[in-house]
Amino acid sequence: MGTINILGKQLAVDADGNLANRSDWNEDVARELAKQEGIPNLTSQHWTIINYMRKVSEKEGSAPSIRRLTKESGVDTKTLYQLFPKGPAKRAAKIAGLPKPVGCI
Amino acid sequence: MTDETVFQPIEKVSIVISKGSLDGVYPGLIMANGARMEGMEASLFFTFFGLEAILNKRMDNLKVATVGNPGMHMPTLIGALPGMSAFATKMMKKEMEKIDIPPVREFLTMIHDSGGELYACRATVDMYHLKREDFISELDGIISVGQFYEKAAGAQIIFT
Repeated sequence: MGTINILGKQLAVDADGNLANRSDWNEDVARELAKQEGIPNLTSQHWTIINYMRKVSEKEGSAPSIRRLTKESGVDTKTLYQLFPKGPAKRAAKIAGLPKPVGCI
Repeated sequence: MTDETVFQPIEKVSIVISKGSLDGVYPGLIMANGARMEGMEASLFFTFFGLEAILNKRMDNLKVATVGNPGMHMPTLIGALPGMSAFATKMMKKEMEKIDIPPVREFLTMIHDSGGELYACRATVDMYHLKREDFISELDGIISVGQFYEKAAGAQIIFT
């Protein structure tokens, strides 16, 4: 397992480069992860998605599908793809400090 | 080939949907949506019976094929009984909803909103005397096979 340097700390990551420990995550870490993903500023809509993903993941053990994400977070599909270009579920999960989603949808 | 061979990631897919049964349409939709989720470009080209999936009057009533489908493990004569296809369709839709696979219409909107492109095959449209207004509003165009290949430049073409 590798590590990444975030705000001067070495944090453990899994094989996909996502944070290995939920407890390493906080909002400052999220902002740094977002920068590494090419998203310089997290807007309130980004946070809506991030917080929703963390909530579902905490309760159910895995991140929600994109369909559920758009239905339940109030952010529609078009906006979701604009907020997290090049793979929204995957990148939102990374910034939220969660494992890569495993679902197909 | 050595261990050091580096494969280029797939960046673009063009998926042809040529069948009009529920089980013939879904794999292409799932693959197109999955491509967009991974950040790849994706387009769908509906041809022959595949057009059923984008026709307003048909798309909500696609059925699972229970005859001539060995994967169903159902003898042909049983599969041909009235109501058998409707029953299999109902079961499949129920199971798909459980794993969050949307109905065809919603799925197409989702793919379109994610930036995926939807095209109908010109030859089939002419053959069945269909018009633009017969199709879902999300359709990006009715194009010839030549135009399809042009748009597929640099893509992996997947035929379903």
